[in-house]
Amino acid sequence: MTTVPARISFSGWGWRYPERRTWAVRGVELVIEPGERVAVVGPSGAGKSTLLRAAAGVLADDPDDADDTAAAVEGTVLVDGVAPVAVRGRVGLVMQDPEAHTVMSRIGDDVAFGCENMGVERSDIWLRVRHALDVVGLDLPLDRSTTRLSGGQRQRLALAGVLAMRPGALVLDEPCANLDPNGVVQVHDAVRALLDDTGATLLVVEHRIGTWLDLVDRLVLLEQGGGVVADGAPDVVLAEHSDALERDGVWVPGSEPTRGSARSAGRDALRAAALRGAALPGADRRGRALPGAARAGGTPGLQTTGAGEFRPVGAGVDPDDARRSRAGGTPGPTARATPASRPLGAGEGERQAPLAAGGTLLLRAMGLATSRSPGRNASRSAGRTAKRRGGDQMQHIGHDIDLEVRSGEVLAVTGPNGVGKSTLGLTLAGLLRPAGGTLEASSDLLGMKGVAPTDPAPHSWSSRELAARIGTVFQDPEHQFIAASVREELAAGPAALGMPAAAIDERVTELLDTFRLDHLVDANPFTLSGGEQRRLAIAAVIATRPPVLVLDEPTSGQDRATWSAVVEQLGELADAGTAVVVVTHDRDLVRALDADEVVLHADGLTPAVPGVRSTGESR
Amino acid sequence: MTAPVTAASGRTGTEPPVQPGRGAGSVQPVASLLGVIALGVVLVLSLDLVSAATALLLELALLPVLRIPVRTLLLRTSPVLVVVPLTGVSIALYGQPSGRVWFDFAFAHVTDGSLQLALATMLRVLAVGIPGIVLFIRSDVTDLADGLAQILRLPARFVLGALAAIRMMTLLGDDWRQLAMARRARGVADSGRLRRGLSMAFGLLVIALRRATTLAVAMESRGFGAPGRRTWARRVRFAGPEWAMCGILLGIGAAGVLAAVASGTWRA
Repeated sequence: MTTVPARISFSGWGWRYPERRTWAVRGVELVIEPGERVAVVGPSGAGKSTLLRAAAGVLADDPDDADDTAAAVEGTVLVDGVAPVAVRGRVGLVMQDPEAHTVMSRIGDDVAFGCENMGVERSDIWLRVRHALDVVGLDLPLDRSTTRLSGGQRQRLALAGVLAMRPGALVLDEPCANLDPNGVVQVHDAVRALLDDTGATLLVVEHRIGTWLDLVDRLVLLEQGGGVVADGAPDVVLAEHSDALERDGVWVPGSEPTRGSARSAGRDALRAAALRGAALPGADRRGRALPGAARAGGTPGLQTTGAGEFRPVGAGVDPDDARRSRAGGTPGPTARATPASRPLGAGEGERQAPLAAGGTLLLRAMGLATSRSPGRNASRSAGRTAKRRGGDQMQHIGHDIDLEVRSGEVLAVTGPNGVGKSTLGLTLAGLLRPAGGTLEASSDLLGMKGVAPTDPAPHSWSSRELAARIGTVFQDPEHQFIAASVREELAAGPAALGMPAAAIDERVTELLDTFRLDHLVDANPFTLSGGEQRRLAIAAVIATRPPVLVLDEPTSGQDRATWSAVVEQLGELADAGTAVVVVTHDRDLVRALDADEVVLHADGLTPAVPGVRSTGESR
Repeated sequence: MTAPVTAASGRTGTEPPVQPGRGAGSVQPVASLLGVIALGVVLVLSLDLVSAATALLLELALLPVLRIPVRTLLLRTSPVLVVVPLTGVSIALYGQPSGRVWFDFAFAHVTDGSLQLALATMLRVLAVGIPGIVLFIRSDVTDLADGLAQILRLPARFVLGALAAIRMMTLLGDDWRQLAMARRARGVADSGRLRRGLSMAFGLLVIALRRATTLAVAMESRGFGAPGRRTWARRVRFAGPEWAMCGILLGIGAAGVLAAVASGTWRA
């Protein structure tokens, strides 16, 4: 089913949003011939999304020359020689946030939505819907609800919706930014199938450009306010502009961080490993010898891709991951056979004290079960998945989770989207009541600041007691902002804990400096850019110096510059003794922080992946 | 367009998957809506006890046909059940006084007349409110939207916009919980409930606006609001079951009127 591919041309094009002085993008000269496949990269704020929305004809505001505060446009953008608005539907757009752009509540209806708008006959619509779902490989009933799809499924649904409209061009705005590695593979393959099916022109923006390099035949580098600064075959652009790409925060393939690169001791260990011939990371960050296989990390030799080679689908094909999922295995009988794969549990007595003792024990979960619905979950028995009628409230429950949170260590909670990682994070953070099992703070954590709470279960603590001990950084920074300015935001936590004003001022100044927010002291947190919001969110939480820090997807959808800032900050916190728990699907983050890993599986079970405490395998 | 489309293995056919559904749950919601409106109009023609009581009794007798669990029933109709006594009390106190006076204080007069009026109004609210909620427990918002647009010919832009907004409400519920947890995590949730509520409301507003903008872009990018004819993927039925639904609801109203006239309590 081929359609006529569209030609997209920008000529001296620029756009300024209303109420802004600076142009979001300016002076763009770019022609994409029919059937071409082009990736656009550039720093955050270079106007990549604006460019894509213009091509799709969905820039919301109407330019008005007479009004200085209205949106402004210069130059032209044309699709097949006419204004994009006049041929909506010729250019299909898929955006970053999978949650926000599902229109209808049933899968079939959602795919059909675009066809309806274009006036396609009813009988034809359903043929197109079925075909589109087949192409993207979404083999689900048409009347299935769209509310509980995984991120990868949701993006494929969006692709199917676009495909059903038979577009001449496919425009993708960071479609994989919020997906787990498996979701990235799904979306990549769906896009390839869609392009094979239609022969459509492709225009894609993504920070981690490696995902798309096997599909595109041109790479365009966009600079802030500078228009197109590089344009050519991907390998040529990558080779000739590697410095500029790196500087602009593009994730160039082959430049993935090495294990432990954000940890002080990790850097030493890596250097040592390199001296021994880059075989295995023979030492962990405390310098103890461990066989490489026991570490979740694996071999750096396998990961480093040459500069010319691409890793088409990012971490999904990482040998590291393959091993990890095997290491995960199925608990139950197998877990019994290898009690050592669990940090606590059956083989309690067999643990060797020297190996087990890292930092001070702060939190310990035993047989922990988690559930989203607060209040009612306490009565629910662990060991099964709660499926409430009505579908949209269905929540997986993680259960039989044994883990320890220790000072100075980084624990990564990983696993596919929608498996309950965030729920576990929120439970560990004392914000959700455990559905079963126990979560207890050690006496060290209890007595650490002020009067110790009598109950060791974090969810029973008062808000102040909690904030003094466990800090939580939410996935969406906007959920946690409570003040009208950056300064007040940073001061809010310490003030709530009763710190003297002078000490608060000092701490705020220090944080403003460390997190490079000093030029924004009076800005409203909601008006900051995504990267700035993320830095502020972390800074505001660590302002109370909690011994435990829980972060939910702290790096999703970020360019490399913000990523590095966040990860280095976390590394420094851990080095200084903070226990860091990150809920993430970012393999690079896990690697750079040299984190111990807990993998949640779709069936809700949690085989702990051997980290430092995997005594069995190292013996 | 008649491009050759290879329908997928086993999934053929040019019609949407219509869930046949059984009983009242499969009735096009617009029919229920029209029926309930008609019932309401008939019941406010008179303000007597008998007509409303008859209608309510008939409805309660028919309720088991819908096979809705009692728990769900009580939960969903709870707004009406709460409002009804309040209405009753205020009408009893402030309704037009007539007949024997039972209680008199400032503006409040409880009299025979006001008590009767209160009871009649309460029964009326129940008789319209219960079917108004119960008949829509099982129905799908999408079906209602289809009906509104295709049967009642309401503007597609309005109907689909409202549909998207309803879908977004569930997301906002999640947002609210996140906002609450975030405040607890920051140490500011021990006191100042009102102030905290305001800050959460502001946060929710910002988030809602952002979501709405994204959704609007997503809808527009798929041709929503484009000039030209819009087609509808789902066929809307208004046949036997729908007419039956309208008939039953109107019949309940008519039975009430007849009973009132027969017993001589009818007063227009």
